[in-house]
Amino acid sequence: MSLLQIQNLSLSIHGQPILKDVSLSIDPGQIVAVTGESGSGKSMTALAVMQLLPNGADATGTIELDGQELLDRPEAQMCALRGAAIGMVFQEPMTALNPVKTIGDQVMETILIHKAMPPARARARAQEVLERVGLPPDRFPLGRYPHELSGGQRQRVVIAMAIALRPKLLIADEPTTALDVTTQAQILDLLKDLVLEYGMGLLMITHDLAVVAEMANQITVMRHGEVIERGATQHLLQNMQHPYTRMLFEASDHQVNLPDPTSPQPLLEVTQVVREYRLPRTGLFDTPGSHRAVDGVSFTLNRGERLGLVGESGCGKSTLTRAILGLEEVQSGQILLDGQPVFSGHRPNLAVRRKMQVVFQDPYGSFNPRHRVARLITEPFHLLEVPPTGTERQERIAEMLTAVGLRPDDAGKYIHEFSGGQRQRIAIARALITRPELIVFDEAVSALDVSVRAQILDLLADLCAAYDLTYLFISHDLSVVRTITDRVLVMQSGKIVEQGETEQVFSNPQHPYTQTLIAAAPKLPDIHVETA
Amino acid sequence: MLRYTLKRLLSLLVSLAVASVVIFAVIEVAPGDPASFMLGVNAQEDTLAALRAELGLDVSKTQRYFNWISGMLVGDFGTSYTYRTPVSQMIADRLWVSLPLALYALTLSTLIAFPAGIYAAARRGKPGDLTVMGATQLGIAVPNFWFAMMLVLIFAINLRWFNAGGFAGWDNGFWTGLHSLTLPAIALALPQAAILARVMRSSLLDILAEDFMRTARAKGLTRRQALWRHGVRNALIPVLTIIGLQFSFLLAGSIIIEQVFYLPGLGRLVFQAISARDLIVVESVVMLLVFAVITVNFLVDLAYAAVDPRLRSRT
Repeated sequence: MSLLQIQNLSLSIHGQPILKDVSLSIDPGQIVAVTGESGSGKSMTALAVMQLLPNGADATGTIELDGQELLDRPEAQMCALRGAAIGMVFQEPMTALNPVKTIGDQVMETILIHKAMPPARARARAQEVLERVGLPPDRFPLGRYPHELSGGQRQRVVIAMAIALRPKLLIADEPTTALDVTTQAQILDLLKDLVLEYGMGLLMITHDLAVVAEMANQITVMRHGEVIERGATQHLLQNMQHPYTRMLFEASDHQVNLPDPTSPQPLLEVTQVVREYRLPRTGLFDTPGSHRAVDGVSFTLNRGERLGLVGESGCGKSTLTRAILGLEEVQSGQILLDGQPVFSGHRPNLAVRRKMQVVFQDPYGSFNPRHRVARLITEPFHLLEVPPTGTERQERIAEMLTAVGLRPDDAGKYIHEFSGGQRQRIAIARALITRPELIVFDEAVSALDVSVRAQILDLLADLCAAYDLTYLFISHDLSVVRTITDRVLVMQSGKIVEQGETEQVFSNPQHPYTQTLIAAAPKLPDIHVETA
Repeated sequence: MLRYTLKRLLSLLVSLAVASVVIFAVIEVAPGDPASFMLGVNAQEDTLAALRAELGLDVSKTQRYFNWISGMLVGDFGTSYTYRTPVSQMIADRLWVSLPLALYALTLSTLIAFPAGIYAAARRGKPGDLTVMGATQLGIAVPNFWFAMMLVLIFAINLRWFNAGGFAGWDNGFWTGLHSLTLPAIALALPQAAILARVMRSSLLDILAEDFMRTARAKGLTRRQALWRHGVRNALIPVLTIIGLQFSFLLAGSIIIEQVFYLPGLGRLVFQAISARDLIVVESVVMLLVFAVITVNFLVDLAYAAVDPRLRSRT
């Protein structure tokens, strides 16, 4: 008998249908992945199992855990099951822990709330599980607070809370999406080991097909609240029946054709740049220490070249980007764009500043919701000495919107009328409108679904051909950097540890850190997808 | 935590020093010579000079500032220009009314606001929440002097549970004193409670939407357990800020209520002193209030650190 059996689960929230006839099952010791793009209903399926649905939710069908129906259980009984029989791990480890309680208290709470053992034994158990998830008590005592831990360590605490009572079923909702590749690999290994060791069933929700392919025994693909395909991982990947599954698979490893870069002629020259931050004093009369976020970085970006910058969080990518954009002064070294310094004296050099634009990660947070698109994309005009007006301005707006695949009359709309992918197109239009010499893409496709990401990457390739773009593409996603750049820099602890032709670096990494990064990144199995 | 406390303490001392200079300067530039005010327009020039010397007004401003500060450090606040009694004595008498009144009102307001705010947040959008929110709307809208008069009308004149005004003094026993402060404290507390309840509610609602509340529910906590164990403490930071502001207001800003209930408090003292150009009293009371405000802020800072471990490790 299956451990978890979901049959014909339908869900509506305030009358709005969310899930339609979802069925799936998990056996003990089995990893079942539910995958699909945002809005496909994968997280709602998980929350339905936990019975932690939002207000106004109405679920029909059956969800059986060990043969016991969950849907019609009273709340008190569900509370007894949550945390004891079903554990759950969430996406965002930075916010999933209560900031004012120690990690020990939070792990112990799972045990004590179910009155599973007396406090003294609960404490010992908390120590035990924290050690099991890789946080040994000598280095991570129970009295630590969440803010003293990194993202990966916090996710380990969340996992420890979820497995403290050895639940039969563990639900992990995008458990590694917010983590670096090397941390992701460790957390995935930990989850796999725990499933083996405890004989748990693992329901894993993820949008990342490469993770699915490496982890899961079974795959369920969802779209618009429906299961469109499911089966054993290897079998499903080799015989994808549904066109949507094939599209997802292709889009996950989308390749673009960049035009050849023009003759090398330096545009951006970064020489021996150092950026230090002062650390808080450790004692009242101590001299404060300092942290070198960027440590002697030098590179050149040629005109017409597409340069990638990869590295894990905290490696100094963002600091370097801010320095290049003239948002932050550096302590030593020089950043020249077109031969002119980005910083003149202690102020950003406006003449250089207007030659650069940036596209940020979050398509939802990087626009003022009260302005219309026309105003949003013409914002960079304030950098120009003579901003275009009247019909010239209208024409520029229309041209840019058309160039990024939108319509000229979209200019009169507000940003909330657009999807995430469309917003990122608008962000690109905003960056292009002054025809800058250099565009910085700061994790510009990281928040997008794979199919949308593929479209944006295609758009970038088209724009490269049309406008001869020069850009710096910063990303933690190695597969994207591999296809969208000509050359790549690998950054670790403030230093560039390796740089070279993208294909060369990826196929034959020289530095041990690059090798670790590439080895840790989950890979799609090499399956040829027949285009039906 | 010790370093955090020391740092806060240092900032407290600096704030006090700066405040004393500002208060002295502001009050000194205000027009009006206390000596000529006291003696009237027809006073003789030599009488005026003698009075100025007696009041310590004949030395340089810097000298007067240091005399004032050094006196205050040893509890000598000078002599009132109008009453010719030590200012410290005048302030102490009034403080024994105003300080207990402020604390009493603050306690009441907290006791009302916390349950009301938590109750409303837990039942967001439901009738209970709407009732509490409606009541707080009313509490903010009603002027407190009108509310005070209603209290007098109902509880003092009709029901005769309390005196309509005046302060019985602490000499007749703690409960008698407290009893005579009850109506003014309620009048002061209700509008504050309304504000505090709204802050508590909205702060708690923000926290309830946090990811860690969902984590707590996934561990098997009931809605109520999650609210109490993980919600309330996290919601306290903005609430503590408001409590600190309210205490300062209650200590000094209760002049209308003191007037309605005929209480000999600090507010009335300042009012009378300003009318009589009794600058030394004004200076001293203002300095005292500044001291109270800064000290309360210091305590609020310590309370932040007690509530939130992230502040303890930060500098």
